[in-house]
Amino acid sequence: MAYLRLACHHRAAPLAVFLTVACGGAANSRVVNIYSTRHYGAMEPMYAGFTAETGIEVRVSHGNMHALLERLRAEGEQTAADAFFAVDAGGLWLAANDGLLQSIESAVLEQNIPENLRDPENRFFALSQRVRSIVYMPGRVDPLEISTYEALTDRKWRGRLCLRPSTNVYTQSLVASLIAAHGEARAEEIVRGWVANEPEYIDSDTRILETIAAGGCDAGITNHYYLGRLLKANPDFPVKILWANQDGRGVHRNVAGIGVTAAAAHRKNAIKLIEWLSGAAGQAGDDSGLPGSNLEFPVNPDVDPHPIIGRFGPWTADPMPLGEYGRYQADAVKLMERAGYR
Amino acid sequence: MSIELSSSLSTVRARRANAARLLLWSTLPVMVAALVVVPMVLLVTRLLHPTGEVWAQLWSTILPEMIRNTLLLMLGVGVITFALGSGLAWLVTAYRFPGSRIFDWALILPLAVPTYVMGFVYMATFDFAGPVQTTLRAWFGADLALPNIRSGVGAILVMGLTLYPYVYFLARAAFREQSSSTFDAARAMGYTRLQTFFRLVLPLARPSLVAGVTLALLEAMTDFATVRFFNFRTMSEGVVHVWQGMMNRDAAIELSALFLFFALAIVILERLLRGRSRYYQPGRRTRQITRVALVGWRKWAAAATCTAIFCAAFLLPAARLVSWTVGDLSNAATTNVLKTVYLGYVLRTFALAATAAVIAVLIALILAQGTRMNRGRFGLAATRLATMGYALPGAVIAAGALITVAAIDRTVMSASESLFGINPGLLLTGSIAGLLYAYVVRFMAVAYNSVESSMEKVTPNMEEVARTLGATPARVMWRVHLPLVKVGMAAGAALVFVDVMKELPATILLAPFGMETLSMWTYMLAAESLWESAALPSLTIVIVGLIPLMLLMRVGRMTTPRGNQ
Repeated sequence: MAYLRLACHHRAAPLAVFLTVACGGAANSRVVNIYSTRHYGAMEPMYAGFTAETGIEVRVSHGNMHALLERLRAEGEQTAADAFFAVDAGGLWLAANDGLLQSIESAVLEQNIPENLRDPENRFFALSQRVRSIVYMPGRVDPLEISTYEALTDRKWRGRLCLRPSTNVYTQSLVASLIAAHGEARAEEIVRGWVANEPEYIDSDTRILETIAAGGCDAGITNHYYLGRLLKANPDFPVKILWANQDGRGVHRNVAGIGVTAAAAHRKNAIKLIEWLSGAAGQAGDDSGLPGSNLEFPVNPDVDPHPIIGRFGPWTADPMPLGEYGRYQADAVKLMERAGYR
Repeated sequence: MSIELSSSLSTVRARRANAARLLLWSTLPVMVAALVVVPMVLLVTRLLHPTGEVWAQLWSTILPEMIRNTLLLMLGVGVITFALGSGLAWLVTAYRFPGSRIFDWALILPLAVPTYVMGFVYMATFDFAGPVQTTLRAWFGADLALPNIRSGVGAILVMGLTLYPYVYFLARAAFREQSSSTFDAARAMGYTRLQTFFRLVLPLARPSLVAGVTLALLEAMTDFATVRFFNFRTMSEGVVHVWQGMMNRDAAIELSALFLFFALAIVILERLLRGRSRYYQPGRRTRQITRVALVGWRKWAAAATCTAIFCAAFLLPAARLVSWTVGDLSNAATTNVLKTVYLGYVLRTFALAATAAVIAVLIALILAQGTRMNRGRFGLAATRLATMGYALPGAVIAAGALITVAAIDRTVMSASESLFGINPGLLLTGSIAGLLYAYVVRFMAVAYNSVESSMEKVTPNMEEVARTLGATPARVMWRVHLPLVKVGMAAGAALVFVDVMKELPATILLAPFGMETLSMWTYMLAAESLWESAALPSLTIVIVGLIPLMLLMRVGRMTTPRGNQ
């Protein structure tokens, strides 16, 4: 048994390749297993902090959201995962809706995470906020002309927009928010308006920003932290962001978040981890915290955001409940297909 | 009298043993084929209850475009890979020019570059914000209108460049094994070298060329990541889109069943084009076609063509990846990754790919031998079906494998509970077995085609002679086939190895806990547009993939010109 445990600890050992089942199945109480849609390296520093403080080891399996959902469904009761981490509220809702996540009671989480950033049944919790808003090139665009998503349907934007294709989950959630706000018919009109302006479809937020900077388009829609990253690398990066729909329902906000799986074998450890991530250390706005390391906004109201995104100024978010993104996602995809959005 | 009796007894015994062996050889391949076919059959049965509403929506919106794009992609990739593959192979086989020895093996290297990596490198280099267009605009003014690489043309170009080595590799082997006597005879009758190439060399190499183009086409057809980079929606992209975007797995599976028909059409076309023709070369060691030294502008044109293709298909992506990696190494997070988990990723990927390659080749050997031994229609059909996995998107294969192993697990679980009262849990689902299963189903065609095509070169009379001399089928396989087929097996294993390393969708869906591979690492980072960080794992895939390719080229050179596919 000793060699087995050894192999479990040294993941690099080739032997471990064939022992993963044994390791995953072992009832080790000082461990928590996570299915995560974030790439390797993004969360590891925070997990290390948690392990140092609690002695609980964090094991992560990475993958794309739909693949991990599919696995959770197939594995059912037998799943090795104690928690599911996703970077899209829609994905969290889908998992909860399929009965893959369980409600948990935690005074700490209720204290640290505002009500609108939690599932009403406490099946999932947001841990960071990302804002998908309008970016533009100053000089070529007057920010007052494009203060809303709806304004991008105006004829004058013909051939001047860069947008992300409908295959991307961020685009799907944005259109889902349009459906929630306006109903399906009006939402389709808006999307048709964007399509009529013949946008350049680019499947990368970073590339959209760089294309705007290079003069390929004048405006676009991206998540705020991609601009933050480019500004971190080059403080003179010229593209600016504005918070959309501030005079109306508010800007489209999405979250990265986590839930405890319905069949979690290490339920207590999973809750402990989520509580830790929602606390001061986990929420830190600098590189040591979950929101800070990716230049996202913390969910814990006691924590300040990273200065780079703090300079973007305060914003008001669309109050739409997080679950709605998931509810309207498939409709959003079909709507974009009908409207001819790529 | 007693001698007669015992001799007739031994004949009976021998006959019985023979019958048993025949039975084994006629059932074993079918059983093995069944194992490979089950996931696909389970998928097709879903077609019996179509989800009408989704289909109506698809037909009225994106399906026609997807079908058109798929056909365009196949046409474009087919023409490019055929022209590049056979043209370059002929250049290096028949002529000498500056660098021809190096190009001979170097032109195979693009096979190690995953198409999606090539896709993001080309995108980041040639799109509007990329260095090339930026520089051109700086020279010629901001109003310079340049073609948009984010288009079908871009996708076809990139795929043509990464997939032509399939044709090149097989064509080169086929040209080499053609005997120079035939070639010289044609020349003596007054054909120019070029005429001989078109009238004799190409037609003789037809089976290999068709096999190579088919591999390239199937690869292009099942790709979804690259076409997405280029906004070029094909049916394979559609399957993933319907599944993940519309969240309708049933409709996605139905769409892939439709896919099966496309694939079937290609495979039938392949059989028709290959024809019944079997070309057996005379003699064991034939003299190769003599290489002629090119002179004057021709030699420089040949060198320039090879250089251009090599640069576009390998040097450029490799150089970009290296420079990104170097840039990223100044990043503390990257060095930390290198120190802690990098080796684990490499070893896991290597172990997975090697295991899958060995299993796939062994199964391919059984299938090929089985089809050869009993040329019944049933066995043949089973084999054909067993190699259909290559024509299906990885995500679909993964879904099929998932359904299959889950069913096996449930059966074992309930049987064990009712018999022993023990719940063993999920044995296969979420284990390495499920993933390997999917790989084998997906890449069986690659292994099978290599093994089979080198087995085709074992002339029927060799086998008949051995059998007449009293050798058992197993012995014939061990002593006659294996030595002749081992090159084909090595080639098949090498190709499966490289394919598994590059494989994405099935890996994402089925990799067990903590079993991430390099391709997943690359994909997760590239999906976040972190090109620089994605460069290190991509580069590793390329480098590790070069090892089997180099071995392959060595094996090809060491053995006789015959049978080195």
